[in-house]
Order: sequence, then C-alpha cells, then structure tokens
Amino acid sequence: MADAGMLRFHVPEPEVRPGGTPDFSNVPIPKAGSVPRPEIDADPRTIRDLAFSIIRVLNRNGEAVGPWAGLLSSDELLAGLRHMMTLRTFDARMQMAQRQGKTSFYMQHLGEEAVACAFRKALEPGDMNFPTYRQAGLLIADGYPMVTMMNQIYSNEADPLKGRQLPIMYSSKEHGFFSISGNLATQYIQAVGWAMASAISNDSKIAAAWIGDGSTAESDFHSALVFASTYKAPVVLNVVNNQWAISTFQGIARGGSGTFAARGLGFGIPSLRVDGNDYLAVHAVAKWAAERARSNLGPTLVEYVTYRAGAHSSSDDPSAYRPKTESDAWPLGDPIVRLKNHLIGLGVWSDERHAQAEAEILDTVIAAQKEAESHGTLHAGGKPSTRDMFEGLYAEMPPHLRRQRQQAGV
Amino acid sequence: MPRRTMIEAIRDAMDVSMARDSKVVVFGEDVGFFGGVFRCTQGLQAKYGKSRCFDAPINESGIVGSAIGMAAYGLKPCVEIQFADYMYPAYDQLTQEAARLRYRSNGDFTCPIVVRMPTGGGIFGGQTHSQSPEALFTHVSGLKTVVPSNPHDAKGLLIAAIEDPDPVIFLEPKRLYNGPFDGHHDRPVTPWSKHELGEVADGHYTVPLGKAAIRRAGSALTVLAYGTMVYVAQAAVEETGIDAEIIDLRTLLPLDLDTIVASVKKTGRCVIVHEATLTSGFGAELSALVQENCFYHLEAPVARVAGWDTPYPHAQEWDYFPGPARVGRALLETMGA
Repeated sequence: MADAGMLRFHVPEPEVRPGGTPDFSNVPIPKAGSVPRPEIDADPRTIRDLAFSIIRVLNRNGEAVGPWAGLLSSDELLAGLRHMMTLRTFDARMQMAQRQGKTSFYMQHLGEEAVACAFRKALEPGDMNFPTYRQAGLLIADGYPMVTMMNQIYSNEADPLKGRQLPIMYSSKEHGFFSISGNLATQYIQAVGWAMASAISNDSKIAAAWIGDGSTAESDFHSALVFASTYKAPVVLNVVNNQWAISTFQGIARGGSGTFAARGLGFGIPSLRVDGNDYLAVHAVAKWAAERARSNLGPTLVEYVTYRAGAHSSSDDPSAYRPKTESDAWPLGDPIVRLKNHLIGLGVWSDERHAQAEAEILDTVIAAQKEAESHGTLHAGGKPSTRDMFEGLYAEMPPHLRRQRQQAGV
Repeated sequence: MPRRTMIEAIRDAMDVSMARDSKVVVFGEDVGFFGGVFRCTQGLQAKYGKSRCFDAPINESGIVGSAIGMAAYGLKPCVEIQFADYMYPAYDQLTQEAARLRYRSNGDFTCPIVVRMPTGGGIFGGQTHSQSPEALFTHVSGLKTVVPSNPHDAKGLLIAAIEDPDPVIFLEPKRLYNGPFDGHHDRPVTPWSKHELGEVADGHYTVPLGKAAIRRAGSALTVLAYGTMVYVAQAAVEETGIDAEIIDLRTLLPLDLDTIVASVKKTGRCVIVHEATLTSGFGAELSALVQENCFYHLEAPVARVAGWDTPYPHAQEWDYFPGPARVGRALLETMGA
C-alpha cells in the first residue's frame, strides 16, 4: 500500500541483540545437494537463481550429496581437515600470545576455516590471491611455514617484512598471496588488474579477490565489478559473508539487495552463494569459478555464507552487540566438525584419530612458536633495526631520506 | 632536430616506451580509440593494439587500482587521469597502496606505475579542471612527483618515469601543451615550434628524475619554479630587469636540493612561485629547506608567490593566476627595491 504520509528514515536492525534469543529461522537453508551445477559456460542469465540459494554438499548426516560432490579424494579431504585444524590451533596460540603481550594485535578465523583452506586447493601454482586479513588459511593450506607467519606477527628480527607491517598482514608472492594492506576493499580492484595483466600477457594464471560482507559497501568493490565485467577478467571475486562487520550486522552493507551475490547480477557476472562452512562445497564452487576464469569465460562472484564465531579482532568484544550464544545457533554448523563427521562416515577417520591429530598439531604449533620466539617478540628479544624503517621505500633511497636516516643516528 | 608540442612529446615518450618494452600498457578515460581528450595517446591503440592501449570506465580509483594489480603482475602501466582534479577518488589507491607496496611487502611486490594527469589552470576550466595538487603527492612517502615545463623534458622525464621501478606522479601543465605560456593571457602564445625546448629528439632518451635545470643564470636572486611558472618567472625577470637565476625544479620529489642550495648561497635571495594554493603548498617545503640550508647567506626573507587560498575561480581566473605582475612585485620586494 502506498504511504504518502510523513517521510520516515529507515535504519536496518539485526533480528536479535544481546540478551535476546538467537534466531536464524528466517535464514533459508536449502537441502544439501539440491542446487544444480551448471556447465561453466552457461549463459549467466540462466543461472541467476544461484545468487539467491546456497550450494551445499554435506548433509546433516555428514554425507556428500548432489551434483557438486565428488571432486576430492579422501586423502585430499584428510589434508583439508588437517589444514583447518592447524589454522584453528595456530589462531588459539597467537590469540593467547597477543593476550600475553607478545604482539599488539591479532585476528582469528574461528568458524570460517573452510573458506580459505578449501579455496586454496582449487587454484594452480602461479595464481594470485588478494586476501583480506582473514584468509591465512590460504597460506596454511599451501604449506607456508608457520614460523615465518609468527615471525611476522611478532615483528621480530626474523620478520620477513622487517617490522613495517601490522601483525597478520603477510605477503608471499611465492605462495600466491599478495601483500595485505590492511585497508578495506582496495585490493579487490587490484586483483582484477592483476587478472587483466595475465590476460594481456596471454598467460594462463588467474587471480582471486577477497572481501568481507561489510566492505562490499566500499566503492572499490563496485570498481572491481565494473572492470571485471567490462574486460572479462580471469578473476574469482570472493565475498566472505560472516554476518558481522565488527559490530555492524550484514544488513547495513547489504541494504535491499537480498544477498551479496546478487550484487554481481547487474554486471552480468555469474554469481553463486555457497555454504562457507562446507569444505567440499567451497572447494567445488571455487573450482568451478577458477575453471571459468581460466577458460576465458570471465569473472565469477562467489558469496561464502559463514559465521564469524570469534571476535573481529583482539581489540573487539562481540558480547556488546550480539547474543553470546548466537554462534551456537548458526544453522550451518562448524566446518571442522562437519568435515570430521564426513570423514568418519567414509570410514577413513575416527574420534580417536581426531584427538590424536589435535595433539600432534598442537605440538607442531607450539614448536613453531618456540622457534619464532627465539627470534624475539614485539617487546622482547631480537627486533628489526631502526635502519630497516628507512630502507625499502624506494628501489633507491632518495637524498632526503638518507639525510633523515643520518639524523636518526642510524 | 624535430620540433614537437608537449602533447606530441608526451605521446612520443609513450610510443618509444611501448615499442621498447611490451610490458608497457597505456589506458584511461577516452585514451584508447579517441586518443585522449588532449590527444596525448592518439594513434597508440592503432599501433599497439587494444591490449596495450585501451579505454577505461570513468572510475579513477579503478584505473589506478587495476594499474597497481597489473604492476604487481609484472606489467608497467602508464595511466591517464583526465584532469588532475579527477584524481581524488584514486587518492586512496595512490597513497595507501601504490606508495607503500614495496615498503610493506619488503620488496616482495613492487609498483612501477606512472600516473599522468594534466595540471594547472589558465584555460577557463573553473574549479574542476584547473587544480595543481602536487603537494598532495609530495607529502606522501613512497611516491615520486614530476612536473615538466617543456617538450624536451616532458619526453625524457616521462620515459624515465616509465622506466622507474617505483610509482611516479607525472603532472602535465596543460597550459604548456601548445606553447610556453608566460602568464600574459592577453597576448598570443609562441608555439613550441619556435622555442628551442620544443626540439625533441627522435627515439629513446631520458631526463633523469631528481635533477633540476637552471633556465636562466643570474646572480641577484634565485627563483624556484616548475611547470607553467617557469615562463611566468622568466617574463617577470625580463620585465623587472633583475638578474635572477631561474631554477626549473622538474622533479619535486626526489628534490634536487643541491642545485637549490648552491644557487641561493650564491644569490642570497629566493622567491618561490607556484600556481597551487599558498597554504601548505610545496612552496612552504621549499621555503623551509632554503632557510634551513641557506639561512646565513640570506639577505632577505624567502618570498612565496602562489595561487590564492580559494578554489580556482572561473570569471576571475586572471585575478587568481599568479602572473608576471605579482611575481615581478615579489622580485622587487625581495631585492629591497
């Protein structure tokens, strides 16, 4: 009914605030296996429904079902489980190290481990990710040394970035992991540019852009979609919808568009939503999108529906803005538990082996931590030199910086 | 030696660079098929193909952001922002991304891009086609900022900028595109074909970044200028008859401090001129450097002549523009006359 009365200002609100009972009953969760798997060269106009559904492979019984299942061997799945478990343990230790004052800042991945760990396995060597601060799973799953990550987190004497960058803002060209800037959304368009360069060079490599639900509101997100669409860039445009942008629920960035995936439709970009807590589904969709990119079919937008079970960062307290029990109520469960149950169902895993793996992983992480701490932590032991502060800004140090370095006495 | 306008010299610099290095790509708004609104890229798409020279959406942060990604891949993008006034949406990409990529990744990734943009007023372009934002770039750690004043330098500096391993902001004084404008807007401009600095050699040559040029040797006073103001200063010097030394900075960062200091120590007087607004302009940095390095040689306060601290007006363009009369008055005052 049209309402021509006094204008009213609209501000979206989440369903529940602290003190309330979490309720996700309004989040439609399609049955696993129910969403079709189109050919990669399907006309984008015929697959618009995929932007409003959720592709899922693992059902409630832990079985892999439907057209997106069957891409990974049990060995690959066991490796994926180990990557996610490693990331979770790594996070727990580093979060604790931050609390102990060994570094200034930390951001964990709790509940979102499947997204980056499974995605990494859909790429080929030489492909390039432009990650946000919550994709360390890309490094873990690619075998990047944990000690090096910790050296960076501690800004110690062995920090590959010489103490210049905030903790967790890793960089590794070798592992297809672009330097994280710490600004939001800026790297989304850079990923598209990297992909354009690969096409200009008639290369076979593709890029992957990463962004969170909140940052899709930035204009760089729009820029990236325009450029990716115009030049049919070989890029996978990932949106990790973990429901919360610090304290701001996803409705503030999403507005009236229904889903974040739907943002891609106006650009003619095939856009899919996937269960971000389902390792198999994430991998299958990532593989589909990567194959499209590599086949000159252009960009794909993928929204990973997940839940940030932990705080935004070590400086955040979610109990101030959402019910404490909300993560338990999240209907897509925990990615590690779900893959574990699937592997047990396949007969290749057990609770005992899982407990044993947890212990082994903890030992490995603690050993890496000891080694890293032998090179120092933020406030103790070896640290990068003051001279390093002046180096590496330009290929060749200009005279004014040389003078300032001399003034600093280094 | 062939004579070229500044537009032709800039186009030739890109042409030479694209011919020598297949990693050089050129793009921006209207840059591809049409060749740019100032025609600086005319013919490049026809010669090198659409993969090397192409039109971009009207999205400056997208142009610079994608160029950063291309540079990280290994290309050498030379992009055009249609007017320097349009660069603000790209400022985040320039200052926090391009400028810091080498530093923050400890050289794991680098950003060899050139961002060309026409700068300055004098064409009745009003507030949105006349600005001189150089100080917004010199203030940023990790960028280099270049302002050529003639076709010969424009070509050599642009080739040097394209070959530079770090991001370079290349500001093209649009009032100089067709001739050495001296601020006398009511007089015809001499075309570059009649000016010795319109001589632009064919083929490859560079003018090194970070080196100033002395345009007029003199002993009474030093004028520090760049871009259009080099010619305004020359006119003011001729009209006042003061034996001034005119230094064309060419590169603002890295700055050729040695040439500046040697000159001011010799003359004992310094006038700084730029078209950009006065407060926190690059002239403030120059003034501070001169007094820090030449204080005991100074015979008079360092003077600055700049655009007034207002937006660039339309009807009052020539009241705003720091022309030869204002510069001349500052020269005379600094001489104590």
